[in-house]
Amino acid sequence: MSATRAALPPRQRAAETGDRPLDRGRRGSTLLRHLAVLLVVGLVLVAVSYAVEPFRNFQLATVAAYLCATAGLTVLTGLNGQLSLGHGALMATGAYTVALCQNAFADRGLTGGWLLALSLLAAVLGTVAVGAVVGVAAARLRGPYLAGVTLAVAVVVPALAVTFDGVFNGEQGLSVPVEPPPLALGAYFPYERWQLWLSGAATLLALLLVANLVRSRYGRTFRAVRDDEVAARLAGIHVARTQVLAFVVSAATAGLGGGLLAMLAQSVSPGAFSLTLSLFLLMAVVIGGLGRLAGALWGAVLLVALPDLTHSVTELLTLSPAVAQRLEGNLPLAIFGVTLIVVMIAAPGGVQGLLSRLGRGLLARWPARRS
Amino acid sequence: MDRFVFLTVDGLSRGAVYAAFALALVLIWRAARVVNFAQGAMAVAAAYVAYSVSAATGSYWLGFLVAIVAGLLLGALVDRVVMRHVDHASPLNPVIVALGLVLVLQAVLGMVYGNEFRPADVPFSRSALTVGGVAVLSPYDLFVFATIGVVVCALAWMFARTAVGLRMRAAAFAPEVSRLLGVNVGGMLTLGWALASGVGALAAMLVIPTELGLHPHAMDLVFVSAFTAAVVGGLDSPLGAVVGGLVVGLLLSYVSGYAGSDLTPLAVLVLLLAVLLVRPGGLFAPVAARRV
Amino acid sequence: MHRTARRGLAIASTIALLVTAAGCSGDDGPTSGGGSVPGVTDTEIVVGTHMPLTGPASAGYSKIAPATKAYFDYVNANGGVHGRKITYKIMDDGYNPANTQQVVRQLVLQDKVFAVLNGLGTPTHTGVLDFLKSNRVPDLFVASGSRSWDQPDKYPGTFGFNPDYTIEGKILANYAKTNLAGRKVCFLGQDDDFGRDSLAGVEKVLGAGAVAVKQTYVTSNTNVAPQIGAFKAAGCQVVMLATVPGFTALSIGTAARLGFKPQWLVSNVGADHPTLAKQLGAAAPLLEGMVGTNYLPMQNDTANPWIQLFTKINKEHNGDAPFDGNTVYGMSVGYLFVQVLLAAGKDLTREKVLDAVQKGGFTGPGLAPLRFSADDHSGYGGQRLSKVSGGVQSYFGPTYETDEGDGPVTEYTAAPVAPPANGVPTVS
Repeated sequence: MSATRAALPPRQRAAETGDRPLDRGRRGSTLLRHLAVLLVVGLVLVAVSYAVEPFRNFQLATVAAYLCATAGLTVLTGLNGQLSLGHGALMATGAYTVALCQNAFADRGLTGGWLLALSLLAAVLGTVAVGAVVGVAAARLRGPYLAGVTLAVAVVVPALAVTFDGVFNGEQGLSVPVEPPPLALGAYFPYERWQLWLSGAATLLALLLVANLVRSRYGRTFRAVRDDEVAARLAGIHVARTQVLAFVVSAATAGLGGGLLAMLAQSVSPGAFSLTLSLFLLMAVVIGGLGRLAGALWGAVLLVALPDLTHSVTELLTLSPAVAQRLEGNLPLAIFGVTLIVVMIAAPGGVQGLLSRLGRGLLARWPARRS
Repeated sequence: MDRFVFLTVDGLSRGAVYAAFALALVLIWRAARVVNFAQGAMAVAAAYVAYSVSAATGSYWLGFLVAIVAGLLLGALVDRVVMRHVDHASPLNPVIVALGLVLVLQAVLGMVYGNEFRPADVPFSRSALTVGGVAVLSPYDLFVFATIGVVVCALAWMFARTAVGLRMRAAAFAPEVSRLLGVNVGGMLTLGWALASGVGALAAMLVIPTELGLHPHAMDLVFVSAFTAAVVGGLDSPLGAVVGGLVVGLLLSYVSGYAGSDLTPLAVLVLLLAVLLVRPGGLFAPVAARRV
Repeated sequence: MHRTARRGLAIASTIALLVTAAGCSGDDGPTSGGGSVPGVTDTEIVVGTHMPLTGPASAGYSKIAPATKAYFDYVNANGGVHGRKITYKIMDDGYNPANTQQVVRQLVLQDKVFAVLNGLGTPTHTGVLDFLKSNRVPDLFVASGSRSWDQPDKYPGTFGFNPDYTIEGKILANYAKTNLAGRKVCFLGQDDDFGRDSLAGVEKVLGAGAVAVKQTYVTSNTNVAPQIGAFKAAGCQVVMLATVPGFTALSIGTAARLGFKPQWLVSNVGADHPTLAKQLGAAAPLLEGMVGTNYLPMQNDTANPWIQLFTKINKEHNGDAPFDGNTVYGMSVGYLFVQVLLAAGKDLTREKVLDAVQKGGFTGPGLAPLRFSADDHSGYGGQRLSKVSGGVQSYFGPTYETDEGDGPVTEYTAAPVAPPANGVPTVS
């Protein structure tokens, strides 16, 4: 079995193929429907930003930043069947681009909210360039060989920050000057709410583009290449070009996510983008559910909620200092590891697969009862 | 010239261990088509068992033996209890489960032994013998070379000459046909896991004393180097793993000796790209992948 | 049901879930508007920290925060500070700056801590400096020797604790200059601000060209044989190490197997003998003669009244955990913080705490002076040399003090102070 094929469990793949004829009938309105959803989600997000405390605002903003990266990884791995262990490095590329741009603007005395948008755009473009280079190499490689190269990329990029410490300031990293919220919002507008607005807006825009891409002709060629390269080639699809395109799209979103993280943290350092981050991103999208963009959302929520949960777990227990010192930190990781294994064995489709199954089950029963 | 000899010998003795660890990865890949990301953590667990036994009995060799047995058992256990139940339809699932295993193993080791470094003993002196004024090999280096040489030869002999080896190869390459011919495919798979994990444990016993010491994360970096070595050599080729391991070991030594240790990750990436862009299946890819 | 609608529903339900989760935990405690101070009530002071409790960097460091907590528990058992008990919230960041961002925001925004105390690590803590500043949270006694903490104009609420790496380099170099004159000096440093600042200090004392061979290492490459081999080839007689404990042990072990036996001068960061001996195991005798530095009482000096006090607290409140340099460090931080709280007075506010630290004049377990003032936010300003002899690390010679600039290295002569009888500082 080719490792590039069948990134999805067969059942889910069948379900998606089944949806396709329906798609064609509704295609004309795809953009409009996505815009409508975007508007609703945006409004909900604004309402939520007022309802919850600053820390939750910050957490949601971080979820949004990670969501960019996990959505990109879902497109690459879930829809195109390419494995990447290096998305943390792509996020680092975006984050450092934003840091360098913002510092350059600050040094030249430039101010204004639009500068951040410019920096984020630069982050996307910079990461696209890096992604294209890696993607061209990746298109020749399959399965574990691709994993090996992307793993090396994940290790190299943070190391470069140390090698060229004149530019990147080594392990300590760079600080990212970001403007405070505009005064029009009031002098005491919470900074964390502003961060959520920025991060949410950028992510929703990116998701809109990605969702449209996925439903377009390109999305179908992505899936065709994943499912059967030979068949895709017979159907006239340029396989290598499609794979590079998927890598570039995925890199662009990862770069945006990294840039947003830099903005949220107001600092970047190589330690935040280690190999561990790359591995956790992959774990997050697989646990979330690889086939759908919604799975990326669960993955992003998981990435943010995890450290929080792990701390709560140990706080629940009252232990003697000697035992507590051993369990602190370790126990939550063990629990997470076991959960990961159990979920993968019990529900290989991830959280989203599980929810879809539940939802289908409920829908199937509901009309039956009414009639 | 002295420096070159020194760096070469140093690189080879590191490379030998990467080779052994890469060999463990190749064994599992050939048997189960899984890249076992938990290899490092499993090997560390076996090394901790050895540490406890050595500490209790005072015998290095007893600990050494126990580590290999523990490695074999752990491999079989991981296959039977966890991997056997994973849906292999997507190649990603076993990878994610392996990463989960890493978290569990490292957390449990941290709970039992603490997050401190523990000293790892060596059976032979690590002081280098000097030949003509140049420090060359230590008795321990010779021990490492000899042990790994024996393991490589034994595995090669097993796969090429014994019935079990033949069955294992058959089970890996044509499971359905093998089952029809009466081969216990499941059993062969478990044996593959056990063997690989045993070799991994052996490599950990050899490499940990030369590193920072015994720690739940002790094999993280070795895993990355060994995985690179396996990919460079070609995951289907045991010979490739050995050559890849030595090449990576030498490269790391030369680069940190002549250019600076911060450049080693970049050198590894360049090596990987150079090899894979010419041969996408690694140096020793058995047959060119079928391209249409 | 349409897929888009389903997706919308999924997103909406997630947000709803998150909101409920936030609503459940969001007990709107005392808001800062009503004049009350975050984290302070009549009976309690809440402070927090971020530490690596898991991951490769946690070795040794994971013991610091529990020791500080044990000291606070001891103070609480003796009536607390101005009638308030200290609650110490320890957050694990695994030495990952991204996690530090999360946990520090949780401490400040969610748990509403009064101050952040002894946050550990240069890369980790650098990332939260701006956040702590904009929220006006006192950021006391950062656990790292970086010079970043001493920027009173830029970060008025941040104070260091450790002597910075440049001071350390100068004091070690001063020893080489006076006691090992004429020997060939070489230097191995970590490839970050630790190694660089330390080398800068060494070269300030010895002169720019005096270090014969300079080598660096990165923590992601555990083979230091190429570097040590270069020292041997160059015939170095004195090797100065700005290394973390793991790499000190590795360097000394590697040198031994190459038959290379220089005089080692080791930074305080990587010179804790019990840690090194444990890691070297049977090879621990190699540490014989190693010169290191420190500025807190030696953990094996059982005649020292501070060590007696800390040992007792370790038994009673820390589950009798293994007692080492990290334990002493953690408890010394706790002692200094209690001194600061006392000096800030009964009506505790964040401004009063900062004023109290800037007023300075704290004496405690440390051998060297704490330099706190309005325009100096760095911690200890000196160190004393130690030597391993007969498997025991002990101090020798005077304590030295100096600055991170071009100032001379001078002897610090003030007599050490004894701890108060009950181990809890009193208002001076």
